[in-house]
Amino acid sequence: MAPTRDEQHWMYRNMVTSRKFEETIASIYFEGKTPVFSMADGPIPGEMHLSDGQEPVAVGVCAHLNADDIVTATHRPHHQAIAKGVDLDKMAAEIFGKATGLSGGRGGHMHLFDADVNFACSGIIAQGMGPAVGAALSRKMQNKPGVAVAFLGEGAVNQGAWHEAMNLAATWNLPFVCIIEDNDWGISVSKEDSTAIANNADRAAAYGIPGKRVADNDPYAIYEAAGEAIARARAGEGPSLIEIETYRLAGHFMGDAEGYRPEGEKDALFAKDPIPKMRGKMIADGVATEAELDAIEAESAARVKAAIKFARESADPAPEDALTAVFA
Amino acid sequence: MTKSNERKLTIARAMAEAVQQEMQVDPSVFVMGEDIGALGGVYGNTRGLLEEFGPERIRDTPISETAFIGAAVGAAQDGMRPVAELMFVDFFGVCFDAIYNLMAKNTYFSGGNVKVPMVLMTSTGGGYSDGGQHSQCLYGTFAHLPGMKVVCPSNAYDAKGLMTAAMRDDSPVVYMYHKSLQGMGWLATEPGATVHVPEESYTLEIGKAKVARQGEDVTIVSLGLGVHNAIKAAEQLEGQGVSAEVIDLVSLVPLDRDTIRASVAKTGRLIVVDEDYMSYGVSGEIIASVTEHDISVLKAAPKRVAYPDVPIPFARVMEQFCLPNVDKIVTAFDSMKAA
Ligand SMILES: Cc1ncc(C[n+]2csc(CCOP(=O)(O)OP(=O)(O)O)c2C)c(N)n1
Repeated sequence: MAPTRDEQHWMYRNMVTSRKFEETIASIYFEGKTPVFSMADGPIPGEMHLSDGQEPVAVGVCAHLNADDIVTATHRPHHQAIAKGVDLDKMAAEIFGKATGLSGGRGGHMHLFDADVNFACSGIIAQGMGPAVGAALSRKMQNKPGVAVAFLGEGAVNQGAWHEAMNLAATWNLPFVCIIEDNDWGISVSKEDSTAIANNADRAAAYGIPGKRVADNDPYAIYEAAGEAIARARAGEGPSLIEIETYRLAGHFMGDAEGYRPEGEKDALFAKDPIPKMRGKMIADGVATEAELDAIEAESAARVKAAIKFARESADPAPEDALTAVFA
Repeated sequence: MTKSNERKLTIARAMAEAVQQEMQVDPSVFVMGEDIGALGGVYGNTRGLLEEFGPERIRDTPISETAFIGAAVGAAQDGMRPVAELMFVDFFGVCFDAIYNLMAKNTYFSGGNVKVPMVLMTSTGGGYSDGGQHSQCLYGTFAHLPGMKVVCPSNAYDAKGLMTAAMRDDSPVVYMYHKSLQGMGWLATEPGATVHVPEESYTLEIGKAKVARQGEDVTIVSLGLGVHNAIKAAEQLEGQGVSAEVIDLVSLVPLDRDTIRASVAKTGRLIVVDEDYMSYGVSGEIIASVTEHDISVLKAAPKRVAYPDVPIPFARVMEQFCLPNVDKIVTAFDSMKAA
């Protein structure tokens, strides 16, 4: 299963949009926070987890999803949100804590919710699992179409919630797919130092479901593996597990000095940046011309610029709005 | 201690020093938690320990809180004295059973025959827009459930003495440290927490509150970061000719009710400042401790300055609106006068 020409253009567009979005966030994030880094200050306060480098995972999976399908994301959600079609203006405004944000500034960057496209987040590790499995159960019980996908980091699959939810999904044969983004690091702890096996996809055997590992952050291989798993789920054949080797080009959060990374690791990762790689391949394969990809990049940049402008120019919430929306 | 001998440490460094000194003399002490090794803890409170003690005794864990906090319980029952870190108190939900059903109850279930001498340290508090899953205090949640001691230092001196006491205690101690007091530059840091800390090892009595400031007209009771706000409010009130006494709880469990009662008996007025949610929490407990003992000491109804009962919002304006602050404490006093 290979992505069509249109799908490749869509994938490239979303990867580039995600990257531009994060580059812009990164360029703004330190405003007001220096000379001594203070997380509380500036137009984007709080922790910021960027997903540069991990874009192929989001597009390879979400290329198979539509707005009705369900995604639960992690504390590092921007690439997944963009690929799932979360409203970019409202998402940007949320990250800036504005009244026009997805939740009017209540949730912030780690808690993006867009009910229009069935997208949700949790900053608590592995806690997207239960809700995704529950949504899959709901679809099955209501005899409604759609699959649920939970994204997690490789560090997260050592959490109890992960194991319990996997077993539930498998036992009940639910339309569910678990996608593990293996960027090798859980904050400062490497996969090798935290995980007893090298290949988390092997853990699928414990639940009697298919498990697959995709090497080298390759959007095409991700597309293929996710396509098979999602097709199985749609056909009522039950859940699957996919672990994807990907790269975190930035620190765990902005301000992370990354002293734990081995010397030279970052340079090697930048050399494998998936965006120029995909661009080169699309041109080599004759799927796109330089001019077409330039145009996609320009459109993405304009789209991001507009979203950030919208966010910046939006009003702050009224302080007392903090007291509303606690109950339905 | 003369000024020239002052050695000012942040709470983070004071905590690390306490652990270091205790590990040097007690081979049963070890530390485990997420990112406490090479990173030295997200809040810097285990910095330098890996270099001195190595990965056998300074253990980075997988993101598996149920497993490693449960394992700390087992190791403690078997003769070790683990210090386990739960990075943010908000993450308690994934591992609470190990905490309140195992750590806190095994001594009781065994009729006192099993000891669980462990420290569970965890960060609390917000104020820097980290959102509703990374900014809570949850003091009341932990203090409510029996079987674990709960402490919360407001400065580095207390932090070191409490940590040493906690490691030596034969009961489990939950050690809650406020992020804004850690002395990490990147977190809206309260400079008042960085104070002189003696080099030698010492302990602070768990269960003893401190009078952080003497006064005659009103008692302001708080803990952690709130103590600093209370002291600033007291200074402001002084400008209005009001003499406020500030009580730093230091320990939530055991709670030093006598010190609070004695202060309120003297001042006749009580304000409780708590960054945790208002309802069912520390503020209600403090007020009940006074009123059920002797309501006649009060010249005015007590007041609470606490976090409203809503999840913590991300947007700065909303979060700051909800947090206790100096103005709210002063206003609370003014409204007591008016009443
Ligand atoms: C239950 C819980 N424990 C710990 C954390 C703190 N924490 C946030 S991100 C993170 C590392 C996550 O690693 P991984 O799952 O590999 O995702 P990545 O950050 O690499 O995307 C940790 C330990 C948390 N948010 N929730």
